[in-house]
Amino acid sequence: MKLSLLTSMAALAIAQTAITLPVQAQEHQHDAATPVASAPDASQPVADEMDHEGMAMDHGAMDHGQMDHKTMDHGAMHHGQMKPDMMIGHMPAPKAPTDWAADAIHGQPAMAAARAALFKSTSETISHMVLAEQFEYRASDAGDAFAWMGRAWYGGDIDRILIRTEGEAKINGTVESAEVQALWSHAVAPYANLEIGIRYDIRPKPNRGYASIGIDAMLPYWIETESALFLSDKGDVLARAEFSHDMRITNHLILQPRVEFTLSAQDIEEQGIGSGLSDAEVGLRLRYAHTPAFAPYVGVHWERKFGDTGRYALAEGESRSSTNFVAGVRFLF
Amino acid sequence: MFMNGLTQGNRSGMNKMILDRRELIRAAAGLAGVATLGSMFPAWAQAVSKGIAPTLGTLTGEDIALTVGHSEFTTGGKSGHAITVNGTLPGPLIRLKEGQRVRLSVANTLDEDTSIHWHGLLVPFQFDGVPGLSFPGIKPGETFTYDFPIVHAGTYWYHSHSGMQEAMGHFGPIIIDPAGEDPVVYDREHVLMLSDWSFTHPHQLMTRLKQSGGYFNGQKQTVGGLLAGKDQPLKDRLEWAAMRMDPTDISDVTGSVYRYLINGHGLEENWTGLFKPGEKVRLRIINASAMTNFNFRIPGLSMKIVQVDGQHVEPVEVDEFQIAVAETYDVIVEPTDAQAFGIIGEAIDRSGLVRATLAPASGMVGAVPKLRERPLLGMKDMGMDHQMPAVLDLSQPDTSADHGSMKMRDPANAPGVKMSPAVATISPMPADRVGDRPTGLENVDHRVLRYSDLKSLTPHPDTPAPSRSIDLHLTANMERYMWSLDGERLSERTEPLAFRHMERVRINLINDTMMPHPIHIHGHFFELVNGQDRAKQPLKHTVNVLPGGKIAIDLTADALGDWAMHCHMMFHMDMGMFRIVKVRHEEGAPA
Repeated sequence: MKLSLLTSMAALAIAQTAITLPVQAQEHQHDAATPVASAPDASQPVADEMDHEGMAMDHGAMDHGQMDHKTMDHGAMHHGQMKPDMMIGHMPAPKAPTDWAADAIHGQPAMAAARAALFKSTSETISHMVLAEQFEYRASDAGDAFAWMGRAWYGGDIDRILIRTEGEAKINGTVESAEVQALWSHAVAPYANLEIGIRYDIRPKPNRGYASIGIDAMLPYWIETESALFLSDKGDVLARAEFSHDMRITNHLILQPRVEFTLSAQDIEEQGIGSGLSDAEVGLRLRYAHTPAFAPYVGVHWERKFGDTGRYALAEGESRSSTNFVAGVRFLF
Repeated sequence: MFMNGLTQGNRSGMNKMILDRRELIRAAAGLAGVATLGSMFPAWAQAVSKGIAPTLGTLTGEDIALTVGHSEFTTGGKSGHAITVNGTLPGPLIRLKEGQRVRLSVANTLDEDTSIHWHGLLVPFQFDGVPGLSFPGIKPGETFTYDFPIVHAGTYWYHSHSGMQEAMGHFGPIIIDPAGEDPVVYDREHVLMLSDWSFTHPHQLMTRLKQSGGYFNGQKQTVGGLLAGKDQPLKDRLEWAAMRMDPTDISDVTGSVYRYLINGHGLEENWTGLFKPGEKVRLRIINASAMTNFNFRIPGLSMKIVQVDGQHVEPVEVDEFQIAVAETYDVIVEPTDAQAFGIIGEAIDRSGLVRATLAPASGMVGAVPKLRERPLLGMKDMGMDHQMPAVLDLSQPDTSADHGSMKMRDPANAPGVKMSPAVATISPMPADRVGDRPTGLENVDHRVLRYSDLKSLTPHPDTPAPSRSIDLHLTANMERYMWSLDGERLSERTEPLAFRHMERVRINLINDTMMPHPIHIHGHFFELVNGQDRAKQPLKHTVNVLPGGKIAIDLTADALGDWAMHCHMMFHMDMGMFRIVKVRHEEGAPA
């Protein structure tokens, strides 16, 4: 049971990765695309119709791999003509010079420094972001709470230092949960980052430390996902997967559905976690993006504990599920 | 001041053609009064201009002094920090004559390095103004003197090649009058320098783009739009979403943060150029923007394009054309009615526009047209030549037609590209787009310039077949805001593009991104392979490669030295969409 769950968790993570990795280049669905492509043509001038004919003819008759400007004058086809271009030669490229022309005029030392600056100016831009995805008040029968979830990164395009944090505090000041992750984020595909590091749970007590490995990716259909496996200092294994999507009602009004699942490979009684699917969160938040950097929102947040995790909660006098109305602000800087 | 102006004019040896234009001399007199009103603008760019007066706000002669410094710039009632040449935005007009020699001393009063690149002028490489390549740059407090002969005529411009200075106002126009007779006949002329201005520092704009590639796009498709029947139908939206592609991704930085300017004037300030009905008015249009391609039109006036990138072309009558960053177009308009015309520069994503006015008298205001609907990108912009697939069986993409794979990121379609997270897509079937109308103007019902319409006015004497061809891929990952050539930024690719001196090479610029890229090669004009007779292929210094498409150019490497080649979208260049071009004698001896 536990094993199969873990296997399926791993499969989930791997499947996400696979979708986003380069080997899985997207296949273009042509038939579906035809309407888009043909639409602008309707009102094109006659000359364009002609060049389409020219192109069609040409492509029927030619080997494209060879054609590509080497033997054909493409421009000419736009006039509906088939005009063989001059033959382009196949002379090899010259050996790349290793000298720098300006050194002879302005001196090597001055140029070397300026050259280094030029290369540096086009190297990776070091940038940063602090994003509070959720920064909200949760109203519920079980007691109102404040909750947060966000991340901050610093670094280049490929490698970044990433801090993630989330948690919830009751309005009376009791911190129910508080978690911080310190990660190295490394781009492994155009839309996917591998994240490796540590997680530390300050609450609930007793504190726990974990090793963490995960994938943060943009899936097809602009679905954002984060999934990670955690190995605790007590040898426990947990997994978590989150999915969300920003649906634009207008360019300012954005509806964000979000789901999160937590799974455990074992019972962790002192933390009130049972093996298997331990809990799920579903959120629906409607934000008004005054700017992309500042967006107040309202929404609903639903949580449910499953299996033994639910039974532990009941035993503690808590309920297994809760529904909260939330109001908060999403911001970044 | 009037007298002073005249004297100066005589001393600088104005050519006969200009002296004959008494209108312009009178214009100079008129401007003398205006000049004191706003010191932020050089005379030719004052709020109302009767035309370019050769003696005012215009630098001529063999010794020209320029000073780069900090300025305050105001538009739309708001002020911000600018970096300018001689204290104005745009900088002074530099007007020289073909055949003369010029010494331009550039003093740097900034606390950072600066430089000036003479965009389009053929100069010895050491005076081309690219720090680290042509020269060491100009350190704070230093003065550097550029010294070169002026070997050709035309409309050009200058700008900083250091840091983000160009985006902050460090640019100005250049006119080189021909040594002989000007083939373009006109009674009056105006420079129209388009630019984009942000009160937010360019570094902050870049940080935002790194945080979210679509940060400034406030015109994405919405559910509301879907319900209202606008934009793509659901089926197409789902397909594009499945590919993580956004058909509204036209411009990186938009009117949400940019004020668009003509001669440093926003829409409210309404820069006005004067004319007399019946005159032939020459407009020298320069796009000095950091990140904005414009649709340019003057509703009610037909424009005759006579020069592109400083090089004469056979006149082409159009109602509208797209001007990419760093391009220049000279047009002749002949307004016959004594009315005001709006000069309209519309950002190609239609997120904003700037209006200036062409009028018979000051105080008149040209109409501001409504922003047209934001265009949507299509399959061709994704590198899918839509004419093809009708005959293709897509379940068998690699068969008899030999079209290569239809996948959106197949390395086999671009063997020279280094694949990494920096490359999100490879155009599977890029169309030659030299004959296409540019983005957003595909369906407007008036005459729009296509590159294939351009013919050099005079035939090139010798155009041998290129001895070889090179594919150069323009690559990106928009989500990560990474830009590169062949998948590598300049800092990763130390191997230059090497050319033998006088070698003629076909360069295929293949755009694997869904953005247009104005590619500029320093030190050379190249021929656009645009279907015209080979001897009449137009010469350009900057060519806009439409999204997902390709354009071929023939370059004769006639200028020894080291040169820059880059996308002229400033942030793309800064992200490394940049190569070094080295031209050497066959033996490989240094220049």
